[in-house]
Amino acid sequence: MTVDRRWQLGLRAVALAYLALLLFVPVALIFYRTFEHGLGAVWESITTPAAIHAFQLTLEVTLIAVPLNTVFGIVMAIALARGDWRGKGLVNALIDLPFAVSPIVIGLSLVLVYGVHGWLGGALADAGVQVIFSLPGIVLATIFVSLPFVVREVTPVLKEVGDDQEQAAATLGAGAWTTFRRITLPSIRWGVAYGVVLSVARCIGEFGAVSVVSGKISGQTETLTLLVEKRFSNFDLAGAYAASALLALIALATLLAMTAIKPRREEGDA
Amino acid sequence: MSAIAAPSSVRSARRSHSGALGLGLSTLWLSIIVLLPLSAVVAHSLDGGIGAFWDAVTSRQALAALRFTVLVSLATALVNVAGGTLIAWVLVRDRFPGKRIVNALIDLPFALPTIVAGLVLLTLYGQRSPLGIDIAYTQMAVVVALLFVTLPFVIRSVQPVLIELDREMEEAALSLGARNATIFRRIVAPNLVPAILSGAALAFARAIGEFGSIVLISGNIPFHTQVSSVYVFKLIESDAPTSAAAVSTVLLVVSLLVLLAIRGLGRWGARHDR
Repeated sequence: MTVDRRWQLGLRAVALAYLALLLFVPVALIFYRTFEHGLGAVWESITTPAAIHAFQLTLEVTLIAVPLNTVFGIVMAIALARGDWRGKGLVNALIDLPFAVSPIVIGLSLVLVYGVHGWLGGALADAGVQVIFSLPGIVLATIFVSLPFVVREVTPVLKEVGDDQEQAAATLGAGAWTTFRRITLPSIRWGVAYGVVLSVARCIGEFGAVSVVSGKISGQTETLTLLVEKRFSNFDLAGAYAASALLALIALATLLAMTAIKPRREEGDA
Repeated sequence: MSAIAAPSSVRSARRSHSGALGLGLSTLWLSIIVLLPLSAVVAHSLDGGIGAFWDAVTSRQALAALRFTVLVSLATALVNVAGGTLIAWVLVRDRFPGKRIVNALIDLPFALPTIVAGLVLLTLYGQRSPLGIDIAYTQMAVVVALLFVTLPFVIRSVQPVLIELDREMEEAALSLGARNATIFRRIVAPNLVPAILSGAALAFARAIGEFGSIVLISGNIPFHTQVSSVYVFKLIESDAPTSAAAVSTVLLVVSLLVLLAIRGLGRWGARHDR
């Protein structure tokens, strides 16, 4: 189907105008609004004690959640791509739940298990462990929302590369761990990397689920996204913009990493 | 024969051992992180009995929020069907300077935190709008926020199909005298339908549960711009966990149905390929 020149230009104009109005102009504007009063004010507002703590907390939560989900993701992907077991279809469907469930429902679900009146909350409180309104709750919420990324990126790669080399290695006497480390892992590494990048972005950016379980205590359980919301509701618009610009920069870095990894992942090179 | 058979059976036994351990542990992890909490929601929703569940779900505010959520999510999915397909078409078949950058930026809504997305849109379409367009606290604002966060779904689902699409069929039709409209209707569109629909279903599912991007721009006006997830949040804040769990259960059921539909669409698309 060859559209003539006029149609081609028309379609291009409509597509780009839609993207500009919805995406490009708004995101560019936030950087403009952030820096219109100079760099000094921005620097001050992202180096307040509360902002630094929020940044550290976000980083800490991400550093706990992403490695756990990566290990889970690789093991689950191998089970899904290589194994043949009962209930595989069901588990495969359940893995997508965190993508489909509202973050608010996820937050509520954790309160109902680990909160004061929750299923395990009482026992945990007796043991002196506080989950809700504290770090473990934020970590659990973050693990929940970012659970599917690595599984979903690695499973198709595993299916694509097939198991011929793994079979050959095993026939030559390699153990399961050696086969995994020398054959499987190198062939899926870019898929894993892509999944990790997506997970990191989601962990840093999670808002809804975390806002239910964190309690939003400034300097204690306030993540970067919660800081943006608090500053906005306290009419500290410049402060909200500064923290948002920081998060938007992280998102742009994520895009760069995705663009760099994508072609290698699709080659599936070993 | 037996010399070859023996190591192979040893191997499969060893593999299945470590495989079973991995499978057991990862299923346990999935259960603790995801299934246990979600079953707590369903269980708690019935804490006050079936009558209280029904009252919570059918209260005027809950129904208004649910109706509004479903309607704006449908509108979002429909706009994405048209806009997403068009953008995917332009990104695959057109050539213009900067196309690679535009293509990379399509994923930005996935990478950008939702609260930042909301703030970003409020900056352009709020009270201080440099364009003079103030739609803050209107129903339109909710649709715009949802369009922002769901932008990549249809595009990213249609793009690969369009790249793979065999252009010889189109050229054959053209040489037989078919017009563009006919070629699009009879050849291009049927091949894209499964991808468009599954992208739209993903966008719909995301829109149903969306919270972060809406919370600032919608104003959360009950019976007007309040969506179900924000309503649940208000219920949690006003210490009504049982009602919150009841409304959440309804949202969970909707998510599950959409997930099932997406899987069905995936199977249909796979069959369509062959």
